[in-house]
Amino acid sequence: MNLDVRLPIGLMFTIIGVALTGFGLVSDRAIYERSLGINVNLWWGLVLLAFGVSMLALATRAERRRRAVPENTTE
Amino acid sequence: MLLAELHPAEARSAAGASLSIPLSPRSPESVQLINLGAIDYAILVVYFAFVIGIGWALRRYVKSSEDFFLSGRSIPAWIASLAFISANLGAQEVIGMGASGAKYGMMTSHFYWVGAIPAMVFVGVFMMPFYYGSRARSVPEYLKLRFDEKTRGFNAISFAVMTVFSSGISMYALAKLLELLIGWSFHASILVSAIIVLAYIFMGGLTSAIYNEVLQFFLIVLGFLPLVLLGLKDVGGWAGLKEKLIPVATNAGYEASAWSSSWQHLDSSASNPMGVEWFGMAMGLGFVLSFGYWCTDFLVVQRAMAANSMTAARRTPLLAAFPKMLFPVLVILPGMIAIAVHTNSGGTLLPVGADGVPNYNLAVPAMLAHYLPSGLLGLGLTALMASFMSGMAGNVTAFNTVWTYDIYQSYIRPGQTDRHYLRMGHVATVVGIALSVLAAYATTRFNNIMDMLQLVFAFVNAPLFATFLLGMFWRRTTGHGAFFGLLTGTVAAMIHHGLTIPRGSLAGIKGGFLGPILHTYPSEMAQNFWTAIFAWTSCFLATIVISMITTRQKSDEELKGLVYSLTPRQPDAQLAWYKRPATLGVVVLGLTLALNVIFW
Repeated sequence: MNLDVRLPIGLMFTIIGVALTGFGLVSDRAIYERSLGINVNLWWGLVLLAFGVSMLALATRAERRRRAVPENTTE
Repeated sequence: MLLAELHPAEARSAAGASLSIPLSPRSPESVQLINLGAIDYAILVVYFAFVIGIGWALRRYVKSSEDFFLSGRSIPAWIASLAFISANLGAQEVIGMGASGAKYGMMTSHFYWVGAIPAMVFVGVFMMPFYYGSRARSVPEYLKLRFDEKTRGFNAISFAVMTVFSSGISMYALAKLLELLIGWSFHASILVSAIIVLAYIFMGGLTSAIYNEVLQFFLIVLGFLPLVLLGLKDVGGWAGLKEKLIPVATNAGYEASAWSSSWQHLDSSASNPMGVEWFGMAMGLGFVLSFGYWCTDFLVVQRAMAANSMTAARRTPLLAAFPKMLFPVLVILPGMIAIAVHTNSGGTLLPVGADGVPNYNLAVPAMLAHYLPSGLLGLGLTALMASFMSGMAGNVTAFNTVWTYDIYQSYIRPGQTDRHYLRMGHVATVVGIALSVLAAYATTRFNNIMDMLQLVFAFVNAPLFATFLLGMFWRRTTGHGAFFGLLTGTVAAMIHHGLTIPRGSLAGIKGGFLGPILHTYPSEMAQNFWTAIFAWTSCFLATIVISMITTRQKSDEELKGLVYSLTPRQPDAQLAWYKRPATLGVVVLGLTLALNVIFW
């Protein structure tokens, strides 16, 4: 297809990951009482960030390959 | 009635499945469980922006009706397979499976490990060659090619009406839930979700729905996973959970392991909370209802039809089976944890009704509120919205295709240009969503009419798989056989439902409306399963008998590519072994068997 679906997915999770990680860093520790004392925003934010970045990496790698190889040879 | 009764594999077939959930905002049990902060709204807004953005980015690729309705048959297998899961993963599945996990425990896994997975393997290995190979653009169109116009018409019209009401009812359920939990306006919830889904389907058609379903898939997994992990950590892992589920089972009068095992207590319907025994479960749910849904429902089959090759189309449900197999962890486990924590904390987690029964429908929302702080709470809520939207988009894209190709092009205005039908697709998208909104409002006012409609759909759908099975594997099946067999099955379902009743129910919508009650089932679920078994068997036998006494209208030549014995085998041998559908199917079934044994 013409749009690599991994691009928007990667972008969205990167943004949400950054937002959650940032919020985890500045938020009041008291709110983590319910999550068993774990700063879940920070840790899960990092997980989402890693996921988002790897999706972006896969999309850019595929894009680079498409450019390197002439038309109609993709699978 | 429990939302769980609306699991998609059952939703369309479960007699009496309804959403008359006790969620009225003014009821005394109404509790605002969730308070959202700025970060939570921010996440929700980012998600909205991306789903609309995907539609926007794809709008210029929609040039023909085939692009709009079938993604130009250009979707790679992995994308189609994630969409295949997502389209069926509505909010009812997330909320309902959680509710079911709380109410019935581990037995809920049968919806996956006995129901969905074997059916997905069957559709991928055996049925997809006919759907994809015939170049039919929809499931009703396949029926037209294989049988005749009346069979197609019957299926197309009942399907179109059903999808509109399904999406309307789920819209109603979600809006009610959000009103109850967060205090959002019912009207605003309906309007906003309708407009967003409309926007992205209108611009990008099926491709946009599918791309968004992939995004929604990841969001649902990554949004609910932290909840599961925290819950499991809290109860002390699977071993701790099993222990904490013992009082849940013994309090209800069952054996200690009733909530933590899937098969052990299926020997008789009296020994498990679901009220079913192994045969009714395996035949009714496993065979009739699940195969009926996964193999014939255009909503899911459409995702595979959009794949970019025959092999990709066949691999779509097979690849989808791998993540699907693990979904019980994501959707059932939270409910089981909820009831364990609820019981062990002296009944404080879930809101309890006047009759002392906890509100199971709130199991997942209550878990979200219990474990997730602001931030992840927004992510969890966004995941819930995502599941709702993917389910709704699935209904809408299936509706606009069936309406345009099977009703409008076939009966109203045949022979127009492709541009004309593309425009009709856009119109049908708007109208389909408008009708869903109307259905959502109708649900708030006439609950009984909705219950009745769902019952009728259940009767129409229960026998459908018999028709497909005979049509695809027995070339002698005739159009008359298929059509009148379907009618017979539908009537049989109605008669069975009318003569039986679940224990403790009044005659009426729950059954027994024909007067004499010949049998009382221990639960609604048992009654549903047996209604399906009766309907399927009657349709199967009637189709055979009628086919024998009527003459075949289609020659062998016309049936090429539509019937198993007249279709050339798929040349799978040239594929790498791990890409062959049959190999994948065996691997999937082996893993599923292992899961059944582990959680026996």
